[in-house]
Amino acid sequence: MPNVKVVNVSKTFGDGKIVAVDNVSLEIYDKEYFSLIGPSGCGKTTLLRLIAGLIPMDKGAIYIDNVLVNNMPPEEREIGFVFQTYALFPHMNVWENVTYGPHIKAWEEKKASALGRETLEMVKLYGRSEAFPNELSGGMMQRVAVARALAAGAKLLLLDEPLGALDAKIRNELRYDIRRLVKDLGLTAIHVTHDQAEAMAISDRIAVMRKGRILQVGTPYDLYMNPQHLFVANFIGESNFLEGHIVDVQQDFTTVRLRGGVTVDACNAKARKKDERVVLVIRPEAFTMQKGWKKTANGITGTIKRVSFEGTTTRYEVYLKTEETVIVTRPSLAEQPLPVNEKVTLTFQPEKSHIFPYPLLGLMEELKSE
Amino acid sequence: MGKQAKIMKSLDKISSNSILRSGLYLATIFFFVAIILIPTVLGIALKWNLLSTVFENPDLLSRAMNAVGASFAIAAFVSVIDLIAGVPTAWFIARGKSRWLNVLDTLCDLPFIIPTVALGYSLLLFWDSPLGVAGLFGGSLLSPGWLLIILLHFVFSFPVVVRVMVGALLDYKYVYEEAARTLGAHPVTADRTVTFPILKPSLVGSFVLAFARSLSETGATIVVAGTFETGVVFISNMNTPENQAIYGQGPLVFASLLLLLIAVIIFGVIQLFGTRLKIPIKHISRSFEKKASGKKVVRLRDGATLFTLFFLILLPALFVAVTALPAIQDGTLGNALSGSVDQTGKYNWGAYWQSLLVSYFVGFAATIVNVVAGLPMAILIARNRMGKQLSSVLDALVNIPIIVPSVALGVSLRLFWANFPFVPELLLIIMAHISITYPYFVKSLAAAIMRVDPEVENAARILGARPFGVFRTIILPMVKYSFFAGAIIMFTRSISETGATVAVISPTSSLLTVPVLLVQWIRPLLPSGTTTAVGVSSAVGLGCGFLILFSILILLVLRLMMRGKGRY
Ligand SMILES: Nc1ncnc2c1ncn2[C@@H]1O[C@H](COP(=O)(O)OP(=O)(O)O)[C@@H](O)[C@H]1O
Ligand SMILES: [Mg+2]
Repeated sequence: MPNVKVVNVSKTFGDGKIVAVDNVSLEIYDKEYFSLIGPSGCGKTTLLRLIAGLIPMDKGAIYIDNVLVNNMPPEEREIGFVFQTYALFPHMNVWENVTYGPHIKAWEEKKASALGRETLEMVKLYGRSEAFPNELSGGMMQRVAVARALAAGAKLLLLDEPLGALDAKIRNELRYDIRRLVKDLGLTAIHVTHDQAEAMAISDRIAVMRKGRILQVGTPYDLYMNPQHLFVANFIGESNFLEGHIVDVQQDFTTVRLRGGVTVDACNAKARKKDERVVLVIRPEAFTMQKGWKKTANGITGTIKRVSFEGTTTRYEVYLKTEETVIVTRPSLAEQPLPVNEKVTLTFQPEKSHIFPYPLLGLMEELKSE
Repeated sequence: MGKQAKIMKSLDKISSNSILRSGLYLATIFFFVAIILIPTVLGIALKWNLLSTVFENPDLLSRAMNAVGASFAIAAFVSVIDLIAGVPTAWFIARGKSRWLNVLDTLCDLPFIIPTVALGYSLLLFWDSPLGVAGLFGGSLLSPGWLLIILLHFVFSFPVVVRVMVGALLDYKYVYEEAARTLGAHPVTADRTVTFPILKPSLVGSFVLAFARSLSETGATIVVAGTFETGVVFISNMNTPENQAIYGQGPLVFASLLLLLIAVIIFGVIQLFGTRLKIPIKHISRSFEKKASGKKVVRLRDGATLFTLFFLILLPALFVAVTALPAIQDGTLGNALSGSVDQTGKYNWGAYWQSLLVSYFVGFAATIVNVVAGLPMAILIARNRMGKQLSSVLDALVNIPIIVPSVALGVSLRLFWANFPFVPELLLIIMAHISITYPYFVKSLAAAIMRVDPEVENAARILGARPFGVFRTIILPMVKYSFFAGAIIMFTRSISETGATVAVISPTSSLLTVPVLLVQWIRPLLPSGTTTAVGVSSAVGLGCGFLILFSILILLVLRLMMRGKGRY
């Protein structure tokens, strides 16, 4: 039932030298599956631990279920926390681990057993009740950790890279399992990960973090279609970045001059001024590709430098006349694949592109993960 | 590649050879049996035929039994108190963030570094002379007797618990406690149900070490015992020339063997059931544990911890240094710094400085030898490398050098090494210290290694690391604090060792360690016969003061060296 509100929260380490969480505000709705993503070291774990009450914040306020919890110890927050390393108690077997919460909270033995059984069956591990953590596989430990958090009556599930230690196949299976469990039980979940594909696949909404700050919050669709930030455009999905200057700002579109004297029409960008230095962002699948160097509207000519067949799509690296290389992906079945060294013309619809002011510290710096 | 790296690489390579590895473990066991075990027990074990003198004398028999019984009662009581006071202290040190905790941590080692006779003398001054706290109560607060023995044993066994537990807590993965908290456990509940059970090997280990130390300590106990007899007091009473003439060595051997046997049985039982013992998870009382976790209670606990540390342990232990104050005026300081002999001829400072050097040299030498010899033993015990039975047996046997009363130990060592007259005296002292300090290191390290998941080792092996490489790069970093703790305990124990050292050197020897020299200085000041007052001498105060000061400096430097690689 809980929603979570984070208001202007900051946290520093090392006598203020490391700003792990920098004035973050965030609202997570009731019963929402929410993901926090960002490169490693950006402060995701710290923010999650602040919400759990495992570390004190420097300033700000956190509300769980509309109750200010700044001074509430973790054991009273009715949360479940799944640690990256699972933290299963090594001296207890699976059953004792899972019923730890109910026992500690002095619930009736009957209720404790029922909960233990129920949650273990939910994660399909009831048969392994007697096993000790060191006898389990990574995926099993992960499921026990989730069951343990649920059995303790968590309404808010905090997951810190819960799938990070698992191999790709199990990871893909388990992520849907966790989401289903959360949805079936009507819980709220905050899921920390550095894997954008994982977040996209299971989240209702996602917050993208960098250097302790939240850059953008939105549904996976939102973030993909309307990135508000160069970093987000790069981190969520894949993007091509072309440098240029504004030539003209119109009602519906903006004309941009790229390097090598190429001029294209891009999305509307009324906030931009004539001659301003900008970055034009186009997704790899937003390009269409024709054979030969053509004089078409909104076309950029180039040469294919590399082709890789990726199943559903074929991926091309195209060296443009602007002396920049872009990635283009095309559906493999619908189109005849083109060979390396083929001369091509790329076109795109203006509204499928994005324009950002050129970052102060340079494009590379802006896109960097650290 | 540096020279050191090359050596490590070749050691890694050699360690893959399973024959060599078995050879190393066998050599470790041989070293233990030949250098540690046999010399420590041979002396008393060979004389079991003398026991009849005790059995023929019912009065003597019951006196010996009572004394040994008192020893066990005191040891049990003191070790429990040690845990109650030592664990919160270790907690305070390991969990705190302040840099000053390094100093506090070092202070905790002090009672272990002060020669036991000086420690006993210091406690007498504090509790039983007008100079100390007793001054507030008309000159004597506590006269020698069992209560003072308990206080004394508390003072010198407390550092063992703190050292082992600080190491264990720093190696402990805090995330378990956090997990418990998020599952609804109050801090105290989390400690009871998760942290303590995981740290159980170290808790049991430090209990056993404290217990054994209390059983066998002789030098200081005699000083504060008065007419009360514990096992070791009985032994040293029987060791006087007059009693030797009447009873021979029978009573000494009897009491030593009795102490040894009962202790081995007790430790065997602890070994068997201690590790199986489960602390129930069931709630004690949720609201009680919540209150006990509250800020106020925690502050109260920290306050009580620090109070105990300062007023029951550090102040009494270091009190002897107070008597050094007059040294500035009465010329003692001048004598000391110039290394000359004072007017009375009682205090030879040249000999003092030499003994200090000998002590530190012996301490370092014994520590280094035992680190090398003890490492494989710790692995052997922790990982059942040569079978579980052998590991359990070795684990129990390793305690013996701590249990054997130091007078008996000295007699034993002397008897053993007398067979090798060509061994130089300095080496003899080092050998004795190796025997005595070995268990502290092995115990502390083995407990830590037991906590490391064997799977981690397997993972490293699969990644291509050789056995020694696994140890060097995986296990050692995970147990480095316990490793360091073990080394510190050995070093400090060696610096303070008195009884056995006295026994192995010849009476006319000029090669003294600093405790042996201080014994000679302190003896005349102790109450004896008709004088019940404790004597005071600025030279003794200064001698103890210098030792304490230099030892603090050495320990601090060692800590700072460790700090580069983490806390300490
Ligand atoms: N306990 C701590 N002490 C000091 N620095 C920390 C601590 N925890 C995290 N940090 C630092 O804070 C920053 C954010 O870390 P973290 O929240 O773990 O990032 P993420 O989970 O996104 O990888 C990093 O620079 C990290 O080094
Ligand atoms: Mg993290």
